[in-house]
This record gives sequence, C-alpha cells and structure tokens, in this order.
Amino acid sequence: MIAASVFDLPSYVQSSFLGLIVTQLEVSLGATLAGLVISLPIGQLCSRLPKFYPPVLGLVTVIYSIPSIALFVLLIDITGETETTVFIPLTLYTLAILVPGVVDGIRSVPPNVLDAANGMGYGRVRRYLTVELPIALPTLMAAVRVAAVSSLSLMSIGATIGNYGGFGDLFILGLRVFDSKLIWLGLISLLVLSVLCDLLLRWVQRLLTPWARTLRSVG
Amino acid sequence: MITFENVSKKYPDGTVAVAGLSLEAPDAAITVLVGPSGCGKTTTLRMTNRLVEPSDGRILIDGADSRSRPVAQLRRGIGYVIQHAGLFPHRTVAENIATVPRLLGTDRRAARKRAQELMELVGLDLAYAERYPHQLSGGQQQRVGVARALAADPAILLMDEPFSAVDPIVRKSLQEQFLQIQAEVGKTILFVTHDIDEAIRIGDRIAVLREGGHLAQFATPRELLEKPADAFVEEFLGLDRGIRRLTFIPSNGLTLRADALVKPGVELSAAQLDLPWLLRLDEAGRPVGWVEPTRPEETPIPIGHPFTAHDDSLRAALDAAVLCPTGWAVGVDGEGRAVGVVSQEEIAAAIRAAHQATLEDAR
Repeated sequence: MIAASVFDLPSYVQSSFLGLIVTQLEVSLGATLAGLVISLPIGQLCSRLPKFYPPVLGLVTVIYSIPSIALFVLLIDITGETETTVFIPLTLYTLAILVPGVVDGIRSVPPNVLDAANGMGYGRVRRYLTVELPIALPTLMAAVRVAAVSSLSLMSIGATIGNYGGFGDLFILGLRVFDSKLIWLGLISLLVLSVLCDLLLRWVQRLLTPWARTLRSVG
Repeated sequence: MITFENVSKKYPDGTVAVAGLSLEAPDAAITVLVGPSGCGKTTTLRMTNRLVEPSDGRILIDGADSRSRPVAQLRRGIGYVIQHAGLFPHRTVAENIATVPRLLGTDRRAARKRAQELMELVGLDLAYAERYPHQLSGGQQQRVGVARALAADPAILLMDEPFSAVDPIVRKSLQEQFLQIQAEVGKTILFVTHDIDEAIRIGDRIAVLREGGHLAQFATPRELLEKPADAFVEEFLGLDRGIRRLTFIPSNGLTLRADALVKPGVELSAAQLDLPWLLRLDEAGRPVGWVEPTRPEETPIPIGHPFTAHDDSLRAALDAAVLCPTGWAVGVDGEGRAVGVVSQEEIAAAIRAAHQATLEDAR
C-alpha cells in the first residue's frame, strides 16, 4: 500500500497526518474568523467616518509587514510556546485583507438603497444586519477567502516555536533530517488543503448570496 | 393632508435649501413640487418623512406634528418612492414589495399575499415574483418601487423623481398607469419633478419653487398656464404655454365634417369634387390617407396621427392638423374609425371661442 505509507509519518513528527490537518485548519481558519470579528466593527467605523480609514489602513498594513518571527519572540514571554502565540499574529495579519474587504463591501451598497431603507423606517441595527451586510457579502467573502488561504500558508512558520505549524512542521523536520519527501508531502498537502478551503468558502458564498448568482449572467 | 407651516431648512454652512415654505397638500390628490435644481423641492419632500429635519417651522400630517411620533413609525406610515427605485438587490421582487409589511410585523404568508396583490395593481406579471431586481427593466423596477411604497397601504406617498430615470416612452406609460392607480387608491401624494410637462400631466396642484427654496406659485395646472404669477414662473413654463393650455380645452366644440370621407368603391359626388382634399377610408372605416379629388388614384398622403373625437383636447386636434401637410385633422372614434375631419382654420376659431368664453366668465 503505497498510499498508506506516504501518509504514515515518521515517529519524530509527533503527530499523525490527520492531526496536522486538524491543527492547520483550527489555527488558520480560527484566525480568519477572529480577524473577521475584529474587522467588522473597524470597517463599519471607517465607512461611517471616512477620515479614519487612511490611518487605520496604514496601521493594518504596517502590522502585516512585521515579520512573524519578531512577533513570536515578543509574544512567547506572554503566551508561551502555545497555539495562541501562532494564532495572534495570524489574526493580526488577516486584518490587512479583511478591513479593506469590509470597507469596500459596505461602500458597495448603493446610496439609493440606503436612502430607500431609511425612508421605509429601518432602524440602524436592522438596516446594518438585513440590508448593508447582505449586500456587502460578495465583496466581503472574496476578502475572507484570500485571508483564509493566506493564513493557511502563513501559519507554517508556527513550526519554529514547536509543533504549531500544521504542515509547516513537516518543512522544519524535513530540513532537519534532510528528507525532501517530507517537505514535498507538506507542500502538496498544503496546496490541496488551500484549494479545498477556497472551494468550500466559494460554496458558502453561493449559498449566502443567491441573488448575486444571476447578477453575472445579466451583466 | 400634509401642511407645511413656515418650514425652513438652513444647513450649517449657511446654504438655505427651503425658505419659509407654507403649503397644503390636500387629501387624495397629487401635489407636485417642481422647479429648477437647487430650488429645495427634494429637501421639502425629505423633510416630510424627516430624512431631513427642518431647521424652522412645522410639518403637520393630518393635523399632527410630524415630530410627535417616533421617526421609524412615522416613516413606515408613509410610502416612499425614489429615482432608480432603490430596490434591495439581495431580495426578490416579492420580498422587496413586502418590506414595510414585514417591518410592521405582518407574517410572511400574509405579506407575500399582499405583495402579489400589489404586483397585479401595478401591472407586473406574477412570474416576476421570484426574480431579483437586476433581472428587471428600469420601468419594471420602478413599478416594483411603487408597489413597495403602497404595500402597507399608507395614506401618504412621497415620490422623488420616480419616473426620471427611464426613457420617454416608458415614462409616459408609467405616468398613465400611475394616474390609473391613483384613481383607484386615492392617496395623498407629494411628487417631486424637475419636468414641468410631467408636473402638468400628473399634478392636481402644482407648487413651483425657485432657487433658494421660495414658493413662486401654488396653483392647479390650468391656472398655472393661464395666469403665471411672475416672470420666473412664466419662463419656467416655457414658450409653448399657449399650446399646452389647449390640453385643458375639450375638442367637443369642433364641428367635424363627414363629407370629405370616401369609402372604398363609392363614386365621388359633385360636391366632394369641390373640396381641396378627400380622406380615403379602408373597408372598416379607418383612415388610409388624403387624396386630391382630381387625382384620386395617386398614393394617399399619410394623415400623421388622428385625434379621438370629443375625448381628446384641442391640443391633440391642433397637433394632428399641424402635423399633416394638408392642414386637416382626422377625428376618430374609440375603434379608430374616422368620424370626420376638421381644418386648422376651424380649430383656430374654436380656440378663439374658448378664449372668448373665458373672458366672459371673468367679467
């Protein structure tokens, strides 16, 4: 059984193939979700008060440019060698993609639609939840997909502080024991997982925005 | 009834959009706010449902100050139609129409039933119920906009340039249909437009506003055309005021002559040979075109368009006569059969007679 032997990892990996997938998805998708929760209010604020947007955009871009190793070193004193130390930088990195995604999404709501909603007697919260957010969803989901796939790849570096890199663990170990097979396995698995994740998110997006499906065909 | 009492809107930068406007929009009638851009007509409309808060004065709705109710409650009781409709792109036509009933707590099934009733009222095929707004034409979207505004059966309807974004042909049919709907539902309507023709066609009363938010004149369309209050209103009405006024004079005073009609296969009489033109008819009695009595076999000259005898105004009759190279207008009945013809000169005489009658009334 060649297939089985490829996925039987050497004992020094300290995790099964399935275990690596679980860690990979847990940390990177978790970070994307956390990033989204943070980005929604920030994006809402920036679209309501446009003068805040340039400085906020600058800040999230600067954060994105901080090397993750530097962040790990800073965080390791506080959170230790844990998943959290990987999780926090990943979350911060997603903001550089998700905050503009939220702002662009909310800006994509046509002004006359908002005017009609106000004129019909929508309250602020109800308008946000049932009008603005759904209309922003196609743009927003595009950003979420980029953030998720980028997190999947970025988290490999988590291997440097222990076994928190998902498939990244295979890169570090492969390097250490000069086993390129491990590196290839990690790389291909990561690529396949990224494509599957993107497809899944596309499917979720289609389910959530049935109206946008016909939009393209009409032009 | 909507009452504006000395209403003003001044923005923090000092711009005055509306200056001391007092106006009464009567029940079950269409009151049009018309004027050039920057005259404050849209601001006036938006102050009614408090999308803009007046800086001075009061707006009373059926005698009650518009600020006496919570703003959301006020707005749910007032239908609102805007240019480009502003439909929710993520909701189907039926869901869009059911918006306000749903906001008011009507259950899904009842709101849906209501949406279907309204689709029938505005002339939308029920097959569109599950479509999304972008799958509809501009005219259809605007119908959905009107249906949505009427869904919760509000007593008042605010319409901000609802038909401005569609092409002239669709606009005319939307206007006609809108008047039919209004005849059925009898809402108190405030209607904003920059198009004086639309104002005259649609309005029961017209408020002409000038730059800086001053009311120049508030009158019925006929009064407006007959007695513009000042030079501004006169200029705004345009140069064909006299022609347009004829819209309000019926054509039933015209004497239509039937002796110029020629049915197929009938010999011309001696009297007909003396006429300058004869109107050839088809088997059904519909006009085919004009021929000269001396050359009856030549290709007939097209009549342009006929006017409906008795029902159409003098404007339609005059236009038909002016349009045709022969200078004669053809009057037809409801089925399009020729009733008789009338010349430009006879129409001119009818116009003079109408003027004479107005002058005598005034004395």
